[in-house]
Amino acid sequence: MKLSEVKKILNADVIVGEEHLDLEVKTAFGADLMSDVLAFAKAGSLLLTGLTNSQVIRTANILDIAAIILVRGKKPSTETINLAKEFKIPLLTTKYILFETAGRLYAKGIVGCLEKVENNSVLD
Amino acid sequence: MKITVCSTENSLYQDSFDIEGGNFNKAGIVSTRIKSILKQMGLPADVVRKCAIVSYESEINVVSYAKKGVINLTVNPETVLIEVVDEGPGIPNIDLAMQQGYSTADQKIREMGFGAGMGLCNIKNYSDIFHISSEVGKGAHLLMTINIKQ
Repeated sequence: MKLSEVKKILNADVIVGEEHLDLEVKTAFGADLMSDVLAFAKAGSLLLTGLTNSQVIRTANILDIAAIILVRGKKPSTETINLAKEFKIPLLTTKYILFETAGRLYAKGIVGCLEKVENNSVLD
Repeated sequence: MKITVCSTENSLYQDSFDIEGGNFNKAGIVSTRIKSILKQMGLPADVVRKCAIVSYESEINVVSYAKKGVINLTVNPETVLIEVVDEGPGIPNIDLAMQQGYSTADQKIREMGFGAGMGLCNIKNYSDIFHISSEVGKGAHLLMTINIKQ
């Protein structure tokens, strides 16, 4: 699915990366805890989160996350926006809560970047 | 406490990066740099990813708990070594610190999306060899080896 369709499904505003809406995404991961994101999220996935500080962008950059969707109508700081521009990571914001955001994307074919955690291991 | 990192004679790359304790605005800059260096060297994507995660969680730890620290990066033909040495309070009980979910993080750290007692576990899980030691009142020492050839 193209990022432009993600935007449409979530009625999202694009804060950074209007020029990258052609990007193709298939998977997503949602969490507010960056250590969980680092443990489980896969490269090329969407990151759904309610956290808006600069560490979200840095975490996404470390993992080669395709794009970030801020949920619950969160607005990032100028610093966060500038960092997203610097790293060229699309940053969108939606008013839907995390559960609704995930559900709406799942219903349209986006799946989790992993289904479940096996044996409490982060390297499955 | 000091561990001798194996001879750097044949290393392909070596550099040290300073980390400022307490400065959350800069937390992640060093790991981003490390990631881009390893990527430019043409290391496999999964190796770059592991090294980036290990560096980033380590950097967050230094910023969160120590006065200052340094990451020493050594790339050998078959391994990447990431050594983290910090000056700070150290870790009184390493077994406890390694338990998933155990944390001494304050609110500031938690607001940044960390401090849930996963950092050291993540570092260990993404490393092929992990070594940690600490002297209370002086600091902590981490040495991670990531294999390039599996």
